[in-house]
Amino acid sequence: MAEKHSPMQQFEIHALPGLDFHIGGLNVSFTQSALMMVIAVALITALLTLSVRSRALVPGRWQSLAEVLYEFVAGMLRDNVGQEGRPYFPFIFTLFMFVLFGNLLGLIPYGFAFTSHVVVTFAMAAVVFVGVTIIGFARHGLHFLRMFFPHGAPLLTAFILIPIELISYFSRPFSLAIRLFANMTVGHIILFVMGGFVVSLGGFYILPGIVPFAFLSAITVLEIGIALLQAYVFTILSCIYLHDAIHMH
Amino acid sequence: MPQFQQTAFFLPQIFWLVVTFITLYFLMAKVALPKIGAVLDERQRKIDDNLDKAAQLKAEAEAAVAAYEKALAESRAHAHAVIKEASERLAKQAEDRTRELNAKLNDQIKAGETRIAAAKEKAMASVREVATEIAGAAVSRLIGASADQGQIDVAVAAALKEQG
Repeated sequence: MAEKHSPMQQFEIHALPGLDFHIGGLNVSFTQSALMMVIAVALITALLTLSVRSRALVPGRWQSLAEVLYEFVAGMLRDNVGQEGRPYFPFIFTLFMFVLFGNLLGLIPYGFAFTSHVVVTFAMAAVVFVGVTIIGFARHGLHFLRMFFPHGAPLLTAFILIPIELISYFSRPFSLAIRLFANMTVGHIILFVMGGFVVSLGGFYILPGIVPFAFLSAITVLEIGIALLQAYVFTILSCIYLHDAIHMH
Repeated sequence: MPQFQQTAFFLPQIFWLVVTFITLYFLMAKVALPKIGAVLDERQRKIDDNLDKAAQLKAEAEAAVAAYEKALAESRAHAHAVIKEASERLAKQAEDRTRELNAKLNDQIKAGETRIAAAKEKAMASVREVATEIAGAAVSRLIGASADQGQIDVAVAAALKEQG
């Protein structure tokens, strides 16, 4: 990590100059990660409010984009949770947009993917997990514990089934957090390494530099796809967990 | 990996995540999503309105077609009735006239026959007269004296009867 050109260096967090705040001894420095979060919030809000300002009956490009995002997430929630999922739509939508922009901002030069940090992804996953569990208990009371022992299963299998169900339930936030963080991290490492090849080989001769450059271009497109896909996966898994809490399988 | 090693920066990341996420949540829930939802609802309402209007217009058009067809059927039936009535009346008229004509013709025929019979009778009478005269003349020429008028009349009547 100490080496100057390590592919890991890009993930180092540093407070922006003059913004290393401390409140009561706690470090709440404004880092480049925080800057990207603020930019994401600003961009998302601008995209979704300015585009529908004209309230056109026949939408233009930007309004179409806003409507497509809205209907996409609304459809995802409706298909996976049903009508009962309606109150959670703002949260699910915020989650999707926040993760999506976190992923995409990392692909812009000088950008930074705050979703490449496990603390961030785990915090979001933990909110989803805790929230879903609370919703489950609030809706079904202690009956929610039936989640861990399916109906119709022989009583003798309880000592196998219950631990398995418990483990799978409690591994949800980890799988949710690590999937996103690992995808983003690996993608950025590949991009860094490929970029290094372009510079070192291209500096040596033009022609051999073209090969890694073409590869880098393809990987960049792939990473955009992954950025979209992982935001989708994070959101749809949240929807599925929400469905389990509301309908219990 | 800095993600696991820079533990000093865990707290600031979570802090700003919470701040920005909550800000975004309220911006979405209170500003952006109601706006987009309103636009979509309005469009849906307008589409539904137009569909309703189209369905209404279609129903109206169908009613108009039905009314037109009904009127057409009625007038056709009426025309049939008129034609039937007229043809019946004409047929009756024609029959009447034919009957009248027949009666008139029959009368005329009867009158003609009567006239013919009268003429025949008259002719027959004159034939008898002429025959009697001729017979008288022939007899007087043959025997040189006039025959008895009564005998000639009897002979002529018998001859006429014999001839029919």
